Amino acid sequence: MIERDMARKVLVTLYGNDVAPRFDLATEVLIAAVTADGAVLEEKTMVLPQASAEKLCHMVLTEEVEAVICGGIEQEYYEYLTWKRVNVIDSVAGCYEVVLERFGRGTLKAGDILYGKR
Amino acid sequence: MNIPHESQIDGLFDLPVAFPPLMDEIPVAIALLSPDRQVVFINRALEALTGFVHHAVTGIPCAHVMRSNICLQHCPAARMTDVSEPVCINGDLINRDRQKIPIRVTFAPVRDMDGNLVGFMETLEDVRLLRDLDGKTGKAYSFGQLIGRSQQMERIFRILPVIAQSDSSVLITGETGTGKDFVAEAIHQASQRAKGPFVKINCGALPETLLESELFGHQKGAFTGAMENKPGRFRLAHNGTLYLTEIGDLPLSLQVKLLTFLDDKVVYPLGSTKGFHVNVRVIAATHRNLEQMVKEGRFREDLLFRLNVVRQHLPPLRERGDDIRLLLDHFLHHLASQFKKPIEGFSVKALRILRSYTYPGNVRELRNIVEYAVNICQEDQIQPKHLPAYLTEIKVPEAGNQAEAVEPSSSSAAAVAFENREVDLDWGAMERKMIMEALLKAKGRRSKAAGILGWGRSTLWRKMKQYGIAS
Repeated sequence: MIERDMARKVLVTLYGNDVAPRFDLATEVLIAAVTADGAVLEEKTMVLPQASAEKLCHMVLTEEVEAVICGGIEQEYYEYLTWKRVNVIDSVAGCYEVVLERFGRGTLKAGDILYGKR
Repeated sequence: MNIPHESQIDGLFDLPVAFPPLMDEIPVAIALLSPDRQVVFINRALEALTGFVHHAVTGIPCAHVMRSNICLQHCPAARMTDVSEPVCINGDLINRDRQKIPIRVTFAPVRDMDGNLVGFMETLEDVRLLRDLDGKTGKAYSFGQLIGRSQQMERIFRILPVIAQSDSSVLITGETGTGKDFVAEAIHQASQRAKGPFVKINCGALPETLLESELFGHQKGAFTGAMENKPGRFRLAHNGTLYLTEIGDLPLSLQVKLLTFLDDKVVYPLGSTKGFHVNVRVIAATHRNLEQMVKEGRFREDLLFRLNVVRQHLPPLRERGDDIRLLLDHFLHHLASQFKKPIEGFSVKALRILRSYTYPGNVRELRNIVEYAVNICQEDQIQPKHLPAYLTEIKVPEAGNQAEAVEPSSSSAAAVAFENREVDLDWGAMERKMIMEALLKAKGRRSKAAGILGWGRSTLWRKMKQYGIAS
């Protein structure tokens, strides 16, 4: 669990309105600044011309996000982002709004399945 | 939708059996999905494969459990109806341990007693073990049963997997005995159709009337003696590969039917007006010059265009340089072991004879020669006396004595091939002469000379240094 008071910048891989099941196959991402009470201060959605785990990792670093929320991710990319001091919260499933709120409150953890939950 | 843990199956055994434990005993990963592809049930094997537990994932979209590239790119369940047939696809998934696992997935519709779609069954097989076995059984310098380390063969080994993975028609050309059959089978085994049938038919082996029936099948009563329906090789090869060898011998009337199939993927059995759709990849092979046959009106140009989507030419053995030695050693080792003969190798003179021969019958002839020698030899080394007599006779090369040549791919190599059959000449002198001829032809360019000889540049440089040939 992560507890901070300031807004944190997070990248979420998307598949429609849900967290994308695969990091390496995601073609749409949401980058948001989230407050401690789960409010989204700003957000932008970016579409990738084609799915690429390497390009996503590059985007994570250039956008200077603190955390990545995704579905399945290979160990290689998990370790790379972690080495770059990015907090990777993987195997998350659910609608991105619910997920962001939990992340903001610091209660989101790897493996959380949030369908039908608030 | 959720399967209660106490749900049971009646009618299978004398007493009802609990459903979940029964599914858990099946060692294949199985998921049951609702019509909108939410998880209804997963068995223990799927839990082990994905890392998810049953009670945590029931009711959520299956894509978040399987996490397969199939889910996101082309889920077949999305297009299935109550009359759909099961579909089998290769893909991969990422489990909760962050491992990417290659899988084979089968989707099948689940129907109620009235035939209405009530859900789907998804079966996943972990194919990592099969891929590991493929790696272990593979050998260096080889692809399938083909062996070689010359530049031409290395090029072929690099491109064959690419050819295999596409589903295009393939035309394999080359002289007799160059390995066309092995290439066709290797392409099939390396393709997505490897699980399907590989059906071969020699277009030159049967009379025209029998060939049509053999290829396309016939209907009962289509001709005298047609006592029942026959499916034909195309239908037998459904979901697999049909290999047509000696395609140059296919009669013109059957070339039309083959062309129709390549366009429409439909075959019409002899005597039937009803066509059958078949999913078959066609690989054809010939030692003939099809372009020449088109000019002579013996082969249809449009059929050649259809077959020529991917063309792979196999070089004759005389253009493959060091491969002759590699193949000699390979077959000697294999045959000596098979016949339980303690033969360790070839004598220097025997090797000189064997390396200087041009093998008009290519690899098949080389193998036959080695087999003859192994059978005859009662010593631990193959001597010239153990070789077939015709190898040691001095012959004058005849013009056009090769089988009908197909694509003179590197005719310059043929020009440098041995015309000097004087086996009393020292091998070193012969090799030096060969290098000099290649260098002359290449105007001193060593890279080109190496290509002419079928050697790597380093091999040529080493031999030039060995023979003291000035740069």
